[in-house]
Amino acid sequence: MGALKQVSQAKTNATEERLARLTLPQGAGWATEAREGALARLRAMGLPGRRDEYWRYTRPDTLVQPSAPEAALFHNDEGPLFDTIDRVKLVFVDGVFDPDLSDDPALGGVEIERLSDASQADIHWSKDLYGVLETDGQSHVDRPFAAMNTAFAGDGIVIRATGKAEKPVNLVYLHKSVSSDAILHHVVRVESGAELTMLETGPAAARFNKCMEVDVAAGGTFHHIRAQGRDHERRAVTHIFARLAEKSVFKSFTMTANGVLTRNEAVIDITGDDAVAHIAGAALGDGDFLHDDTVFITHDAVGCESRQVFKKVLRNGAVGVFQGKILVKQGAQKTDGYQISQSLLLDDDSQFLAKPELEIYADDVACSHGSTSGAIDEEGLFYLRSRGIPEGPATDLMVLAFLAEAIEEIDDQEIAADITDRLESWLARRRG
Amino acid sequence: MLEIKNLHVKLEEEDKAILKGVNLTVEAGKVHAIMGPNGSGKSTLSYVMSGRDGYEVTDGTAALGGEDILDMDPEERAAAGLFLAFQYPVEIPGVGNMTFLRTALNAQRKARGEDEMSAADFLKLVRAKAKDLKIDADMLKRPVNVGFSGGEKKRNEILQMAMLEPKMCILDETDSGLDVDAMKLVSDGVNALRDEGRSFLVITHYQRLLDHIKPDVVHIMADGRIVKSGGPDLALEVENNGYADILAEVA
Ligand SMILES: Nc1ncnc2c1ncn2[C@@H]1O[C@H](COP(=O)(O)OP(=O)(O)O)[C@@H](O)[C@H]1O
Ligand SMILES: [Mg+2]
Repeated sequence: MGALKQVSQAKTNATEERLARLTLPQGAGWATEAREGALARLRAMGLPGRRDEYWRYTRPDTLVQPSAPEAALFHNDEGPLFDTIDRVKLVFVDGVFDPDLSDDPALGGVEIERLSDASQADIHWSKDLYGVLETDGQSHVDRPFAAMNTAFAGDGIVIRATGKAEKPVNLVYLHKSVSSDAILHHVVRVESGAELTMLETGPAAARFNKCMEVDVAAGGTFHHIRAQGRDHERRAVTHIFARLAEKSVFKSFTMTANGVLTRNEAVIDITGDDAVAHIAGAALGDGDFLHDDTVFITHDAVGCESRQVFKKVLRNGAVGVFQGKILVKQGAQKTDGYQISQSLLLDDDSQFLAKPELEIYADDVACSHGSTSGAIDEEGLFYLRSRGIPEGPATDLMVLAFLAEAIEEIDDQEIAADITDRLESWLARRRG
Repeated sequence: MLEIKNLHVKLEEEDKAILKGVNLTVEAGKVHAIMGPNGSGKSTLSYVMSGRDGYEVTDGTAALGGEDILDMDPEERAAAGLFLAFQYPVEIPGVGNMTFLRTALNAQRKARGEDEMSAADFLKLVRAKAKDLKIDADMLKRPVNVGFSGGEKKRNEILQMAMLEPKMCILDETDSGLDVDAMKLVSDGVNALRDEGRSFLVITHYQRLLDHIKPDVVHIMADGRIVKSGGPDLALEVENNGYADILAEVA
């Protein structure tokens, strides 16, 4: 949070108006203290306003306003994503866990509990993480929605992998009410040498605030693949706070197709040597669509690798935003940092706003970053058409090719194929 | 097969005439060669045939198998049996060569009302054809033309041609940038495709290629026109004396 600063009256008013609609959960056990602390943090910074530098490209108004703007339900004829993949489904309806719709959470190598249950236990591993990684993540920039999440999260799960998880855990977020306003908070701990793959699918609510804290111990591996749901009018602000110990691996990929407003923040602290952090995204927007990827990776250990690969395909006035920072602390030698953010603009009305940043205090590092924005390569398109591929499918092929570098960040081929399938059908539908 | 009459073409963006009345008929089963100095309009002719943007036909016609092609989209021309082996094959990062070939083949079959080829049949076919052209599995997997050497790109063009089995093949300087061995591979690939029902228009600077791919007719193009046509000897004449004599003769 830096030095204490004065929050403007307007901001305080907007924040208090929002808070008036929220109540701290009662009987939250040990989480009460974390929640009260988060509320104090939130009040000290205030919810974001239009003039905040960190919200320069994305207007936070509709995320701040007291009630959620309505979002029509989207009737999807595609069937659930990842349906052929053997996985444990944990289903949330408009932000509330539904045990009846969910699979039995017993899973080899993994402990799964509902946050409200975990917080009743006298001693619980998640106590050391709930709101803790979030607080750490506030050290360079204010992230008020994350503090708000810690304070008011209505539900969530805590997952601990103690070995190699037998199958992926799929958090399924169903959206059934046009005015739902959901706040979910998950905590994940991957123990030393353990492995976990987490899938997140679905729109969740008309307005969704989600926070996930992920602690990966030495030699642990965490894979995260998320598909944010195609409801056109939904809004989401999400945070991932990750802490990586020695030789751990963290890989996160997000597909976003549709959604009127999405802000995905990822705050990754690499604290152990030789760790690997990859974060990638493929976003497809058509028309009233704003997608914002905001990433902050801190290298505070030796010999670590981080990779950010964000691709956006924008048409009919869609807007893409990327704010990505790599901070290499003093002593974080042999850091290998890579960041690429690119947009493919399918017409002149769409736009991409990017702010890539590097801040390096070590001398023996290799960091590169690049950001581009461009149209479909006409030469390539003609080449494909000259071989008999019609303009529509040829364009799709070029679009998928553009997204390929992001999709390649998914290690599991079956999961990657499902994602590619969805991207293909999204593109094909645009052609009618 | 291909019948071009009085074709006049200018650049869309500027008032610059490039083709100034091209007349050319390539009969079924024949190989015609076009030679001519740099800038005479050979590539332009091949691009206009395949339907590339940026050119405006101001007069004349072009028909493939009796059907006017100038109003067709590039993909329609391809499905109708036209194929251009590019002088500069295009690199397409992110699209695998194999995916590209299969998509193209099935798109053409679909356009012609034929069934798509199964993945297994396709694989068998592409492997066999690739082997003849000494194209290895790695080249098939890599993105289209990305990181290919000049020779590899040209062989890849011939592979596409072999897979798509077009009726009318236009080869634009397929010999440029090829060493002797690659030239042999490429020519063998082309010769293997020679057939009664298939025609070729081979654009080249050098006689060299025509030693391997024996033309029936040789045309000389200069300043946007075919200025002289003859038998294979005409290519030898160019090789020995250059274009100056011929151009002086027709001037
Ligand atoms: N897109 C273009 N823009 C500008 N000039 C062009 C373009 N295409 C062709 N030309 C010009 O047209 C003429 C013929 O070019 P080209 O067809 O490439 O000749 P060739 O293949 O015989 O060497 C040249 O003067 C060339 O500069
Ligand atoms: Mg040329």
